[in-house]
Order: sequence, then structure tokens, then C-alpha cells
Amino acid sequence: MLAVKNLKVSYGNIKALHGIDFTIEEGEIICIIGANGAGKSTTLKAISRLVPVEEGCRMTYGDKNLLDFPADKVVSELGITHVPEGRRLFGNLTVMENLHLATFARKNKGRIQDDLDRMFGIFPRLQERENQKSGTLSGGEQQMLAIARAFMSGRRVMLLDEPSMGLAPLLMMDVFEALKDINQQEGTAILLVEQNARLALQFSNRGYVLENGSLVLEGRSQDLLENPEVQKAYLGG
Amino acid sequence: MQLFFQHLINALQWGSFYALIALGYSMVYGILMLFNFAHGDIFMVGAYIGFGVATALAALAALSALALPNWVILVLTILIAMYLTSFVGMLVERIGYRPLREAPRASAAITGLMIGIILETGNLAILGAQRIRFPSLIKTQVYDIGGVVVTNKKIMIVVVSLVLMLALNEFIKRTRWGMAMRAMAFDYVVIPLMGVPLNTIASLTFALGSALAAAAGILFAVAYPVLDPYIGITYGWKAFVAAILGGRGSVKGACLAGFLLGFIEIFVGAYLSSSLRDLIAYSIILLILVFRPHGFFGEPHSAKLRL
Repeated sequence: MLAVKNLKVSYGNIKALHGIDFTIEEGEIICIIGANGAGKSTTLKAISRLVPVEEGCRMTYGDKNLLDFPADKVVSELGITHVPEGRRLFGNLTVMENLHLATFARKNKGRIQDDLDRMFGIFPRLQERENQKSGTLSGGEQQMLAIARAFMSGRRVMLLDEPSMGLAPLLMMDVFEALKDINQQEGTAILLVEQNARLALQFSNRGYVLENGSLVLEGRSQDLLENPEVQKAYLGG
Repeated sequence: MQLFFQHLINALQWGSFYALIALGYSMVYGILMLFNFAHGDIFMVGAYIGFGVATALAALAALSALALPNWVILVLTILIAMYLTSFVGMLVERIGYRPLREAPRASAAITGLMIGIILETGNLAILGAQRIRFPSLIKTQVYDIGGVVVTNKKIMIVVVSLVLMLALNEFIKRTRWGMAMRAMAFDYVVIPLMGVPLNTIASLTFALGSALAAAAGILFAVAYPVLDPYIGITYGWKAFVAAILGGRGSVKGACLAGFLLGFIEIFVGAYLSSSLRDLIAYSIILLILVFRPHGFFGEPHSAKLRL
């Protein structure tokens, strides 16, 4: 469904990605694991069109060329949505306003209420706090809101940047359970990048290993979990 | 005591001008972290557009049989000039600032100053150096309220300004466009990730600020009907001070500080020294800023400029 070929990104003279290839199929959960600075976030930003890509790169979504769409249209027209690292909620807006802002450019306005109800079904805590400023939420609630907000803006593909960051283990499990619900109930495909490799691999169908801007391994997540190299480098084994 | 109230009314009038202009500086800074140094000149352009619209409407009313009352012409002038001037603001954003969005802030500041000079000299080139007289659309009526002299014009200026400020506040609070502006002021980098077109919100903000500056320009021309191309420099910069004093990005702050500036100027001029008015008034403001460097409602938060 989403196919990335020869993705190259540079920041000035520094090459962040050296030409990576990967795909996400409909309804799939995939993860990209790697160390700090390997290029995980850059990969997501390239798909979201927040950073320019170099010549020779191709990104397609179905029969559409992703490079024809500016960042806001990737969300509002293609339904590819990005939960950035650190969540980046609008702390001066209420929970409800954050969710409504995400529907700003949506085409099918009639489904907004329905989608809100679904999200409140998955995250009842958010409904309890709907009139609270999002800046006053706890870390776990903020991550839930960030995910719900992304769902409201576009539901086909969700790109998640370190959703486990800063969360206590129990909350982390809650968040991942909710993501699984969204994936199964709504068919939203998920691309997850994580430093917490074990969690990411347990949660996903397929995985990629990114090192210094190149993909060095790929396979079923189960196989990667058992791969001795992956265990040595990323799973503390 | 009568004299005090007399000064109070003058202060409210000047405060209205400053607050309306300051709003444009502050809103643009709030969402783009950029001082639009051409904004004072947009106030000037707004006043001149108002002059053109008022003259045309008055001529039209004189020609045709339907006699529009003068106050209708004034209201129409304000609305049409606000609408037209908003396009000047959007144009300035589009050609002046948008290409520099990723450039160092100093480049944008210099560009703003250049655009200001272009607007002033462009005006000189088109209309010549002589001052123009704004058509007097409403007759001055003087009311004596317990010894305090109030004119209908002053009341009109203050009321129209307050209505515009309240309308802006409602717009920002209640509409989805206003919500997007508030969100963008908090964190503009992630705005596109919500599917919100960042450039459209930037244009909207310039349009709103410019429309308010145009309203200020016409109200100013109603009170002081002689216009020259440099009113933007003289009064625009003072409004900029009000925007800083209110706190960069704060709508509430811009309004309050605009009025406060009016009060300080008028009362220093009235009770301390009229020849040293600005020196004393702006020293007071400098002193306030020493103790509140972020202004009244500005937040010392470090800007999030990257994802």
C-alpha cells in the first residue's frame, strides 16, 4: 500500500538516510528499530513531507505519488497521520479542541462525531477530561490524546514516533493495547519507530533494523526477536 | 476633576488607535515568531485606501439620486477599506515573508523595513508629496457632560474599536480558524500534521491584522483628517511598543497595553510636561519592561521551532 524506494535525506552535509526501501501493507503493523540517531524519526518526517527528500527517491501510496502532496494534504487527503516524538499536543487547547483541530480539513465531516465516540470508547479517560487543557494531562493521557488526535485527522496509516517514551511500563502496555484495538477495529496500518526494540517487535507483524541511515535487517518480527544479532545489539541479550 | 475626565477621554481615543494597530503586530508574532515591521505602514495604507473609498462613495452618493446618509458611508468605508487592506497584508506575507520562513529572523526583519519604505515612497510616487484631506463624513457634535467636553467622533472611535476587539476575541475563541491560530501560536511546526494548511493560517493572520490596522487608519483620519505617508512611522512604531509591552503574541496584552500607552502619553503630556511627553512616557515603559521583560502577558517559553 505504502511503498518507499531509495529514500535519501540529508541535513546540510550530513546524510541521515542513505537510500532505504520498505513497504507497509493494508492493515499491517510494522516497526523500525534502531539506536538513537539511526534515522528513525527522519524516516517518518520524510513520509509526512516535513523534510525534503533527495533526487531518485520514490514514495507511493496506492497509485498516488506521495511527493505530489504537501505536508497538510498527506494528512487530509491521503489519511497518513504522524504522531510526533514527544507528542507535541497543543497545551493551550482543551482535549476536545485538540481533537477538533485534527478534523480541520477533513472531507467527510459527517463521520467526525462517530469517530470521536470510537476514540472515547477506546480512551474513556479522555472523555472525562474533554474540557481540560491538554497541557495539564498526565504523560499517559497525553500519549492517548496524541494517538486519538492522529486518528481523527486521518485513519489509513498512522506513523508513531517513540510512543513508549517517558511512560511507566503499565501505561505503556495500555497505550499499545489501544493501538492494537485501533489497528484491528479500524484497519489502520501502523508504522512504529522505537528504541524499545523488544516492545516494538512483540507488538508488530514485521520489523526493520535501521543502522546509521541504512536498513541492515528485515523480517517477521517473531524471527527478529529470535535473531542472535538483534538480541545482542538491541535486546540486551 | 473635569480636566481629568477630559484627558481620560483623549487617552481612550489614542489608546484605541494604538491597541488596534498593536493587535496586528502581536498576532503575527504569535503565530510566526516574526515582527512585521511593515505593519505601521499598512496602517498608513489602510488610511489612504479609506480615503479613496470614502471619496468614491461620497461622489457616488452625490451623483445618484439615492442619498446615503453620511454615517452609512463611513461604516461602508471602514468595512470596504478593511477588506481591501487585508489583501495588502496577505500580499506582504506572500511575497515578503513566506520565502524567508526558514531564513534567519534578521532577514525577515530587514525585509519588513524595506517593504515599509516601499509602501511610503510608493505612496509619495502615486499621490505626490502634498498632504491629503480626509473627507469629513460626520459633523462634529459637542456634548457637555458636567463640564467634560465629549464629541460624537471620540465616542464613535472608542466604541468601534471596542466592538472590533470583541469581534476578534470571539473569532479567535469560537471558530475553527481561530482555534487553528491559537494552536499555531503554541507550536507551528506540527500544524501541518493536523492536516491544517499552515500558509492559509499565516495569510489569515496577516489579513486580520491588516484589516484592524485599516480600521485604525480610518478612525485616526476621522479624528485627525490630514494624512501624510509617514503616519505609519510616527504612530505604527508606538503601537509596536504597545505590542511588546502587552507581551508578544498576546491579543489581550496588545489591547490593554495599547490603552495603557494612550493613558501614559496623555497624562504625562497633561500633568508633567508636554514638550518632554514622549521622553518621559517611553522611559516609563522602558522601566516597566526592565521588571517585566516579556511584557504583561508574554510567556518566556522557549520557542519550539523544530520537530
